[in-house]
Amino acid sequence: MTTETLIWLIPLPPILAFFLIVLFTNKSKALSHTIGVGAAALSWLASMVVFFRAIGVEHLGEHPFESSLNWLPTGDTFLKIGVLIDPVGAAVLFFVSITIFMIFLYSVGYHNFGQPKGDHDVAGLPPHGATVEEHGRKHVVPSIEPMYSRFFAFLGLFAFGMYTLVVSDNLLTLFVGWEIMGLCSYLLIGFWYGKPSARNAAIKAFMTTRVGDVFMLLGIAFLYWATGTLSFREIFTEETLHILGTTMTPIFGLSAAGLIALLLFIGTVGKSAQWPLHVWLPDAMEGPTPVSAMIHAATMVSAGVYAVIRMFPLLTTDFNGHELTTAMSVVAFIGAFTALFAATIAVAQNDIKRVLAYSTISQLGFMIAALGIGAYVAAVFHLITHAFFKALLFLGSGSVIHGMEHGVLHTGNHETDPQNMFNMGGLRNKMPITFWTFLIGGFALSGFPILTAGFWSKDEILADAFGHGHMAVFITLAVAAFMTAFYTMRQITLTFLGEPRTKEAEHAQETPWTMTAPLVVLAFFAVTYGWVGIPEHFPLFGGLVPNWFHEFVGGTLAEHPEALEFNVVPLLTSLFVALGGLFFGWLAYRNVQTPAEDKFQIPVLKNKWYFDEAYDFLFVKPAYWFSETFVSAWMDKGVIDGILHTFGKVTQFLGDIIRNYFDLPVINRFFGDGTADATQWVGRNLRPIQTGRVQQYFMLALVIFIVVGAALYYLLLA
Amino acid sequence: MNFFLQPLTILTFFPLLGILVILFMNSEMKNAIRWTALVTSLITFGISIWVLTMFTASNPDLQLVAKYNWITVAGWNIQYHMGVDGLSILLVLLTAFLTPISILSTWTAVEERVKDFMVFFLLLEVGMTGVFLAQDLFLFYIFWEFTLVPMYFLIGIWGGPRRIYAAIKFFLYTMAGSILMLLAILWLGIQGQTFSVPDLILKGGIPANIQWWLFLAFTAAFAIKVPMWPLHSWLPDAHVEAPTAGSVILAGVLLKMGTYGFLRFNIPLFPEATVAAAPWIALFAAIGIIYGAAVSYAQADVKKLVAYSSVSHLGFVMLGMFALNEQGIAGGILQMINHGLSTGALFLLVGMIYEQTHTREIKVYGGLWKITPIFGSIMLIVALSSMGLPGLNGFVGEFTILLGAWGAGMDGGPYGSVWYAGISAAGVIMAAVYILYMFQKMFLGPEGSIVEEVKKHGHALRDLNWREIATIVPILIFIFWIGLYPAPFFDLMAPAVTKLVAALPIP
Repeated sequence: MTTETLIWLIPLPPILAFFLIVLFTNKSKALSHTIGVGAAALSWLASMVVFFRAIGVEHLGEHPFESSLNWLPTGDTFLKIGVLIDPVGAAVLFFVSITIFMIFLYSVGYHNFGQPKGDHDVAGLPPHGATVEEHGRKHVVPSIEPMYSRFFAFLGLFAFGMYTLVVSDNLLTLFVGWEIMGLCSYLLIGFWYGKPSARNAAIKAFMTTRVGDVFMLLGIAFLYWATGTLSFREIFTEETLHILGTTMTPIFGLSAAGLIALLLFIGTVGKSAQWPLHVWLPDAMEGPTPVSAMIHAATMVSAGVYAVIRMFPLLTTDFNGHELTTAMSVVAFIGAFTALFAATIAVAQNDIKRVLAYSTISQLGFMIAALGIGAYVAAVFHLITHAFFKALLFLGSGSVIHGMEHGVLHTGNHETDPQNMFNMGGLRNKMPITFWTFLIGGFALSGFPILTAGFWSKDEILADAFGHGHMAVFITLAVAAFMTAFYTMRQITLTFLGEPRTKEAEHAQETPWTMTAPLVVLAFFAVTYGWVGIPEHFPLFGGLVPNWFHEFVGGTLAEHPEALEFNVVPLLTSLFVALGGLFFGWLAYRNVQTPAEDKFQIPVLKNKWYFDEAYDFLFVKPAYWFSETFVSAWMDKGVIDGILHTFGKVTQFLGDIIRNYFDLPVINRFFGDGTADATQWVGRNLRPIQTGRVQQYFMLALVIFIVVGAALYYLLLA
Repeated sequence: MNFFLQPLTILTFFPLLGILVILFMNSEMKNAIRWTALVTSLITFGISIWVLTMFTASNPDLQLVAKYNWITVAGWNIQYHMGVDGLSILLVLLTAFLTPISILSTWTAVEERVKDFMVFFLLLEVGMTGVFLAQDLFLFYIFWEFTLVPMYFLIGIWGGPRRIYAAIKFFLYTMAGSILMLLAILWLGIQGQTFSVPDLILKGGIPANIQWWLFLAFTAAFAIKVPMWPLHSWLPDAHVEAPTAGSVILAGVLLKMGTYGFLRFNIPLFPEATVAAAPWIALFAAIGIIYGAAVSYAQADVKKLVAYSSVSHLGFVMLGMFALNEQGIAGGILQMINHGLSTGALFLLVGMIYEQTHTREIKVYGGLWKITPIFGSIMLIVALSSMGLPGLNGFVGEFTILLGAWGAGMDGGPYGSVWYAGISAAGVIMAAVYILYMFQKMFLGPEGSIVEEVKKHGHALRDLNWREIATIVPILIFIFWIGLYPAPFFDLMAPAVTKLVAALPIP
């Protein structure tokens, strides 16, 4: 099979799985997950084949795998859709296929496959556990998710969207995949739709990202009219880029390229949950944990960054290598600000998943900032390493919650929130695999030197910012990195170290192999993936392994980016923030038992800088008022229908006047009734002559004869 | 060829044959009457497919033309002149497609005066098909007005509690607009010595200042029918009171008569006025998009919500058409079809649940997805199609329209500003708001009070039965087809659209 055909086929197994499960197998849980996991495995296999073929091709950047067909005729041209695998596509496909496959597998265990049906579980709510009798003793065990099949169907649809996005050679299908993922995100966040919080979070996520999407759509429309195409390879020719770069727009003195890039970037701000559209992601944690791992860490939110990576030539059209363009400055600012801002919130969160959610926002900010300062390879590198270790952390947190839920079922005390880290502690002994893998993930997130992948990728971003003199970005990111290490260690300490703080934590239990195996696989990549991108001039380690990543991914761009000169300042900074953050995190929390002892439970941080409240006041409430009071009640019912009814009333009034003052007296009385009256009067007065006597009739006839005869005689002869 | 054997004549008047049969049937034989009506409309649909097979997509001109002198006295030159081209073929097919679906939806919903109902319904089909096929202004006007009568009775007899108000509002409102159009038609016909649209277009040369007045007169009729903001207020009342099948046809086809009118008459007959008016039409369209979406959100009645969403969607159609470029107009035509499918399906679905519960108040529902999973899933697909999710039909239309509108806003485009496109895009967000909230309140969450209410009457809410599924599935097929591979639909209209745009005096 040619590689191109294979690329076309990659997204198909999950969508087929979706339809198969929805239409046929939804009654059988085992069959449904077999189809789901099988489809994920097939796509993974195809992706691996494509990936390894791709790295074997010399100059893949100039000669990528591509193929396309006509889809939508627009006037005399066609919008084509097609597939494209260039170096960056291949690299992304690699991690996407692995994480998706792992998460499918993990979901089997997470949703308690093999466990009995719950005692009173209902569709739309998380399972509550089932009572079983063993050896004459009754006890409660986890129960299987009632909507098990539906979950795999949605995951399949989601995977289809993600694969479509990755293999697209154009913005249109990229957007299609983008929106399909948005829909699945909505459906999966609201998977337990019986919970009001889940329903609201689902809508919030969809709405917030859609705000970004609409700008993206406008950007696509603009791009189409400016270039006549939406295909990446056709847009990113030197000639087209030059025209776009020199056409000026009236908005903020941006060039067409800059404005289009920014419009598209707003889509990313929504999808990758960057400030100011970040508010949906933490709430999205209402969804089942595999969903959080897949959609809200590894794939969908990464897709936002991926879109900017794809549009990088457009973003950097006028970039000379030193002075950031307006568009790039905006991107860099949003990224760096988000990185720091989200990190401050993460410090004060107590829900294990919410910490990770804010950490995701923050790390995505790192990538966006890197792209903003032109550090293309570093951004891609961090995107991939982050996907591995963040998926690992989310799945690890799911495993922790699962273990805690086991404890909750054991004690029967449902007051204990299994996601609150203050209810945990000491889990390292109860759940060793989860602990060690979580530790690896956490250290990678913190950028623990040399060993972890997170170190290499984060260091590269910092080095790039420093090396090109973007000091504000460098300092902001360094502070954010310090806080990252700090809250990560806080999380590890509160969750795994020390002694159990609750009975539930004492009875926590390690999860089944379907959940731990993915953890191990992801942990493997969270360590080793960093080694493919070690800078050549790095002390001791540089040059041991060739910097394959830079060579390979850098080849996507028309102009191969220069490898950076080594500088000791960013390295020391990296070392300090990672190790220092981890150390202080441990120091501050090693003895903390209750939230009251936690010095960082500052209201403004805890309440996420009050963004939800502010948005409610500024946008949501006015929007409701606009819709319900202003437009619907006042304008539509009042003014428009009012005018219409006034027409009716005026017409009726005129009608009444005509009726009462003309129609009734003149027409009816005078002409109508008048004529009748006259006729009646004549008739009545003529009645006396109708006597019925023949003599009288003859007499009358004679008289008339004489009179008429005389008259005729007089008139005619005289 | 013989007058009666013209394909378009057969297509238009075939339902009369069914009416003739029904008239001779005993009004107690309800099922027989229903079957007769259904079979008639299905055969009509078959005829429309036959017409499609004879249609040459690459030909931009009128095809299958039937042309006979009709009234030729005192210098009047009125013809029986029918024809179909890329602008109308899809609408003709849509009409023939939606009619049997609507008839099927009345199977248990209409129990009273079935005979009269079916007669009116088939009469309506004759009128609608005639509107899309007539190429003589006078003939067109007759069909145009003719559709009012059956619809008036459908709302007035089988409608809801305020049916009289709604029927009269509908009738008077549309009538008021039509009168102005009639005057313009008479002016054109007498001045040009012909009522034939192609001939008039060919002749052209109407002075710009007169074009303005004629344009306005036609616009009065069509804008009310579309309906464009602020002339929309007959629509929600008519929709809410109409029986389900009436709503489906009203939204699916009757509104398209307005947008089609702009395309067939305003744009080619008055090109200078069209270009000058484009920014104004776009302004009203953009207001309508936002306005319709905002009012939709505020509705407590689900049918009203869907009705107001039509105002928003039709705003998109108008925005696209008056972008006056190929993308915009093609997108506009496709969006007419999309709206007919999606909104038609929404009305059908609302009707199906109404039949069981006899209420349309959103707040009494809740948790329906759990109780009626098939119904819920289909509703979700249709709702997503209506809000323009990629992969489903609505997206393709909205996307092409946005492309067109953006192009019209660029240098030299008739809008002169991309803000229309920008503001309208906000309508896409708002569509998601009202549709998703509706879905959330009715289908997710805890069981609504209606579930208990229905149980009190001794039966539980049931999921869709086979007849209902058969009603909705054909629409779903097209929702996916257009969403995934729209090229065949665009191919049908593209040459005609290109021809239309080429004739416009855009610098």
